[in-house]
Amino acid sequence: MSEAAMTSTGEVLPNGLKGVVEDFSADKQAFHVPWGKAMMWIFLLSDTFIFSCFLISYMTVRISATDPWPIPSEVFALSFGGDPIPLVLIAIMTFILITSSGTMALAVNMGYRKNRKLTFWLMIATALLGASFVGMQAFEWTKLIVDEGVRPWGNPMGAAQFGSSFFMITGFHGLHVSAGVIYLLVVAFRVKNGFYERRGGNYEIVEIVGLYWHFVDLVWVFIFAFFYLW
Amino acid sequence: MAYVAIADRDHEQEHHDPQTFITKYVWSQDHKVIAIQYGVVAIFVGLIAMGLSVMMRLQLGFPDSFELIRPENYYQFVTMHGMIMVVYLLTALFLGGFGNYLIPLMCGSRDMVFPFLNMLSFWFYLLSVIILLASFFVPGGATGAGWTLYPPQAIAAGTPGVDWGILLMLGSLAVFIVAFTMGGLNYVTTVLQARCKGMTLMRMPLSVWGIFMATILGLLAFPALLVSAVMMLLDKLVLTSFFMPAIISAGEQLSYSGGTPILFQHLFWFFGHPEVYIVALPAFGIVSDVLATHARKNIFGYRMMVWAILAIGGLSFIVWAHHMYVSGMNPYFGFFFATTTLVIAVPTALKVYNWVLTLWQGNIHLRVPMLFAIAFIFTFIHGGLTGLFLGNVVVDLPLSDTYFVVAHFHMVMGVSPVLVVFAGIYHWFPKITGKMFNETLGRWHFWLTFLGTYSIYLPMHYLGFLGVPRRYYAMGNTDFMPASAQTLNATMTVAAIIVALAQFIFLYNVIVSLRSGKKAGSNPWGATTLEWQTPDTPPKHGNWGHSLPEVHRWAYDYSVPGQEQDFTPQTVPASEVPVGRDHGVTHE
Repeated sequence: MSEAAMTSTGEVLPNGLKGVVEDFSADKQAFHVPWGKAMMWIFLLSDTFIFSCFLISYMTVRISATDPWPIPSEVFALSFGGDPIPLVLIAIMTFILITSSGTMALAVNMGYRKNRKLTFWLMIATALLGASFVGMQAFEWTKLIVDEGVRPWGNPMGAAQFGSSFFMITGFHGLHVSAGVIYLLVVAFRVKNGFYERRGGNYEIVEIVGLYWHFVDLVWVFIFAFFYLW
Repeated sequence: MAYVAIADRDHEQEHHDPQTFITKYVWSQDHKVIAIQYGVVAIFVGLIAMGLSVMMRLQLGFPDSFELIRPENYYQFVTMHGMIMVVYLLTALFLGGFGNYLIPLMCGSRDMVFPFLNMLSFWFYLLSVIILLASFFVPGGATGAGWTLYPPQAIAAGTPGVDWGILLMLGSLAVFIVAFTMGGLNYVTTVLQARCKGMTLMRMPLSVWGIFMATILGLLAFPALLVSAVMMLLDKLVLTSFFMPAIISAGEQLSYSGGTPILFQHLFWFFGHPEVYIVALPAFGIVSDVLATHARKNIFGYRMMVWAILAIGGLSFIVWAHHMYVSGMNPYFGFFFATTTLVIAVPTALKVYNWVLTLWQGNIHLRVPMLFAIAFIFTFIHGGLTGLFLGNVVVDLPLSDTYFVVAHFHMVMGVSPVLVVFAGIYHWFPKITGKMFNETLGRWHFWLTFLGTYSIYLPMHYLGFLGVPRRYYAMGNTDFMPASAQTLNATMTVAAIIVALAQFIFLYNVIVSLRSGKKAGSNPWGATTLEWQTPDTPPKHGNWGHSLPEVHRWAYDYSVPGQEQDFTPQTVPASEVPVGRDHGVTHE
């Protein structure tokens, strides 16, 4: 028999499958993580359902639309003097957002090493990459609205649902990125001015921001796949 | 980095003791004050919804007698009554009210983990209520789309409130969802991460289990409502065609094309069905605790009760399309959703058996909360069985959109949860206020409510079998309806008015007992759970005085053989009183 686990009040915990349940339902807390991190995970789970509903709704209206669906690789092509290159802007945007996940991960690591200066600059870099993503999204929206005449209620290329789902989903994601940039900046400046130092030097908040940021990136991968590549 | 659980920390935690009247009662961050704020607002809107239902009943019982109730008003009453009862009363009261009050007290915490977020949750809820009620006063009035808000009619001309009412309804729902999310994150995190020493999940009272699971359902189901509200707002405001097909309205071709109205129904019911269990699971939990306490017996099959709550929670996400058998969706879906619907009846029936077996050979005290709890078993079995009828496609088709459906869901998620709300309020009234309520008035309230609601909804099933369609302002002359149907309708209306008036006995009882009720001891029912072991009654800010409680046993050590007292609080160590039965841990 393996060594029996005990609760803090001294009772012996069972082994086997029952023990798995008991471990999970142990006293005081189910997960050994701070409250903020647990809350962020639960929030992201809820947010996952929001994005899933958006994407599934988009797929449904795309399938049931009566007019032909515009071809994404043609709509989202950019020409630099020569032939139009399909999806080039989206490729750059996706690359930037994924890069920002890298700088974010480094920031989390530096936070745990209590390297405040590097944490600050890596978070600023993440925020700047995020802001440039939103900037390019604004450029893409402008191009679609002004040059191509795409409107939420219709467009010259085909099904009206193309424009409506595009603006709704990328807009909702863009709002998430923008909120993330503000969140990053607030925490970054608090790291810099020693706010967390005065509260016991705990930099788990950087990881919590990181969770949110990686989530927003992950969602973008799905939007990229389902909207641009389909 | 090692993380220290809150129960193991010294008193390093930040205190946010209220200083002034404003911070103590208005902008309060104390979970108990927030719970009462939630409760008061929810009961206030509930009274409005009750008033609306009386207006509907007056029209149905005595058609053409009331100039005041025009057809468009009738539809507005239907819509607002439904939405208020389901979302703004029951969801808010069970989770915002009971959840806020009970979770920290029953888990042995000082407060919710994010008190500020908790406070914001209430104020957003109040905002959503104000937006909702404002829709009565805008041009065109509140929306009359039916509480399910199905497009295209919800946003097409001809439906009452199509200009402003529907916008305010959707906006209010969005604000409510934000409020719920802020509160819900708190409830889930508190249950998972902030219990006191010795409080394992398998020692938690079933009230907490029910509220916990319902909150998870809410966090995963409300997103679908939010998304459908956003899309319908876009359809209405910027003329997108998510839900709107090409449509001719009043001889005029609208600019919509190619949308799919059924998508809305799927999204709505993906929210709407879990919503049934968001309301039912807290009721299941609370009723379990009330039954065990007043029957002086441990709850029968505690562990199975917990697994049943989890199973119902999981299954509730794959039954939604049983609301849509007549919608025109793929008929093959009907087989799948009828099967899952019948499967979910298994854990639900298990709970009912366990409640009855808890009463078996118990030392039953028929106090007011117990009366309401036992009444719940009746109405819930009743509503549950008609649910099996409607869950089967072939039986549902003829009964769909008749009064049978209205009777079914009012029995199962109208009357049943409301009875538990009353059971809960009467049960915890001494703890919340420190005063006892008036027992006689409580009994009057109970019998009028219980018998009254039965005499409304039992005959209603019969109307449904006759084929009387629901949501009709007036039936007119039809061959299939005998004249007696109208007599029945009039009787139901009289019963409804009596039930509505009986609720004022309750309000009067609350007010009188608050002012001059007998002083309650800290544990008037002899209950085992932690909220009855607080040093002060009502509990002060921080709940537990100097040190947090320690839990040594499950929540149901009632009438353990060989003990002098017929209950052993969870805080009593096993060395003093042997543990009756404990699912939390085994003992050597």
